[in-house]
Amino acid sequence: MVEPGSLESRLRAVRAKGRKALVPYVSGGISDDWLDVVRAAADAGADAIEIGIPFSDPVMDGPTIQAASQRSLDRGTTPVGIFGALADLDAGVPLVAMTYYNLVFRAGHRRFARSLVDAGVAGAIVPDLCLEELGDWERAAVDAGIETVLLAAPVTPDDRLAELCRRSRGFIYGVSVMGVTGERQALATSAGILAKRLKAVTDKPVIVGFGISGPAQAIEAATESDGVVVASALMRLVLDGGGPTEVGASVAALRRALDGG
Amino acid sequence: MGAPGADGRFGEFGGRFIPESLVPACLELDEAFTAAWGDDEFRAEYAAILRDYAGRPTPVTECHRLSAQLGVRVLLKREDLAHTGSHKINNVVGQALLARRMGKHRVIAETGAGQHGVATATACALFGLDCVVYMGEVDVERQALNVFRMRLLGAEVRPVGSGSRTLKDAINEAMRDWVASVESTHYCLGSVMGPHPYPWMVREFQRIVGDEAREQCRRLLDGSDPDYVVACVGGGSNAAGTFAGFVETKAKLVGVEPAGGAALGHGVPGVVHGSKSFLLQDEHGQVLEAHSVSAGLDYPGVGPEHAHLASIGRATYVQAADAEVLDAFQLLSRTEGIIPALEPAHAIAWLVRAAATEIPLGSTVLLTLSGRGDKDAQQVMEMLS
Ligand SMILES: Cc1ncc(COP(=O)(O)O)c(C=O)c1O
Repeated sequence: MVEPGSLESRLRAVRAKGRKALVPYVSGGISDDWLDVVRAAADAGADAIEIGIPFSDPVMDGPTIQAASQRSLDRGTTPVGIFGALADLDAGVPLVAMTYYNLVFRAGHRRFARSLVDAGVAGAIVPDLCLEELGDWERAAVDAGIETVLLAAPVTPDDRLAELCRRSRGFIYGVSVMGVTGERQALATSAGILAKRLKAVTDKPVIVGFGISGPAQAIEAATESDGVVVASALMRLVLDGGGPTEVGASVAALRRALDGG
Repeated sequence: MGAPGADGRFGEFGGRFIPESLVPACLELDEAFTAAWGDDEFRAEYAAILRDYAGRPTPVTECHRLSAQLGVRVLLKREDLAHTGSHKINNVVGQALLARRMGKHRVIAETGAGQHGVATATACALFGLDCVVYMGEVDVERQALNVFRMRLLGAEVRPVGSGSRTLKDAINEAMRDWVASVESTHYCLGSVMGPHPYPWMVREFQRIVGDEAREQCRRLLDGSDPDYVVACVGGGSNAAGTFAGFVETKAKLVGVEPAGGAALGHGVPGVVHGSKSFLLQDEHGQVLEAHSVSAGLDYPGVGPEHAHLASIGRATYVQAADAEVLDAFQLLSRTEGIIPALEPAHAIAWLVRAAATEIPLGSTVLLTLSGRGDKDAQQVMEMLS
């Protein structure tokens, strides 16, 4: 039994207070002031922040995060650069790196885990690493004290769901819909069903993400879960020329909605 | 070249690096293929369609004039004569039968040169399945004839404008479609890449090329095998199918990559599109763009079994550059009356060079001519003018 890390502890504490967790996503290196965007999200009431480390071929991402990743790469962003910048940032909330496996594999599992630790990052999400291939990274991450958050999908069968919950750390990421990231008109009905199934088999925090496009959907997605991830809706603001002010305002609105006011 | 284990590994390569959303579908496909491939009825239907509809077996042609010119005996395995004009039909017939068996009525595919897209559209027309093909915008432009053919066959062609706008990005987009549609849709991958079971399954559906060629060679060569077996390598399906027929013989196996997209020649181990293999990438792990005249080989990765065959030394991987490929394209046309696709023209180009340098005089070479050049005529005409 591994002790909960700082990410899981924080999200459990949020839940213990009867609140829903809010986890905004920021693409690392998307703009000159991306660190200010992260700070603004934290100041506006985020409980943890996902930091995207852009990959050239993001197959789980829809048009907005693809564009955000491409913009960041076009600006010359590297994982090393992001880690260096994060090391100097004190956001006051746990950070979770979100990237694709080739960046981890290329760096080497232990070296990548070490970089996260040095950058002050608490957790990692690697969506193209399913249970079958998780072992090597999992060992390196556990040894370094990095919490690897696993994703559960609406089609994940019950036996796998239990195994995912057992091995996921920090929280369980419930993928709301069969599809890639991106804003959607309405929250998929699969979101609530999956959250309920997850809550039935784990007492770790269950956070729902993919397609949560605004306050109303955040409230809906948090009904059966412990909180939400919001990504595309925020990164669209930055792609459209917004910065810390716009993202901060949007996160604050989500916060108010989740807090019931 | 046997079956990989349940983990889909060829040595250290292969595997199943996919999001959780796709895991049940890959497990289902693995189960369905394993059952079908052990089922005599399925095998008989697959063989019958390839015979009566796709024109198999394809012949092995002895190239008298080219042989005289090069000083080596050249035999061509004529996949250009298969229905739709390339080896891609072998794989697609197998996967369409599987889609039907799994009750999936919609099929998606990626395509580079358009040959896999045309083959998929063809099989979907034959079986009455809905078909969507993703194709990079660069390839839509340079393989316009195949885009029209796919549309004639009733498929929807969706141009892909992201990234390098070639095969790599078409695969990304097909995978994104599949994540959202997996319950009704079969992803008909066109080469020996992707997550397990694809590299294994596609090689098995293509091994008919090598199995036929081995028997045909033995008939031509008084029971012996060729000294060299050569094929071009994009993802590596025609090469894998060809090699599967000869891996137990003494023949040297040679895969020819494009110089501008040589994953085995210039890449390092990496993971993209669901499997671990060799990959063109920068020091951080960002995938690099390939650059080749040939849309079908314009890909920064390669199938995992080729990475394995290279690492154990059973096959050798070499390169051909765009300029010599154009020469080879014309050479085969003039000496043998066979206009090759640009992809196998890479294999011819290497053969021309190697015949003058490393292949002992009088050796016998079996080369898989994976497709015909009609699709490339327009592009080559512009390049030569
Ligand atoms: C004629 C032909 N040969 C070869 C290829 C490359 O594919 P593979 O390496 O899987 O055989 C293609 C792909 O489009 C092709 O059209």
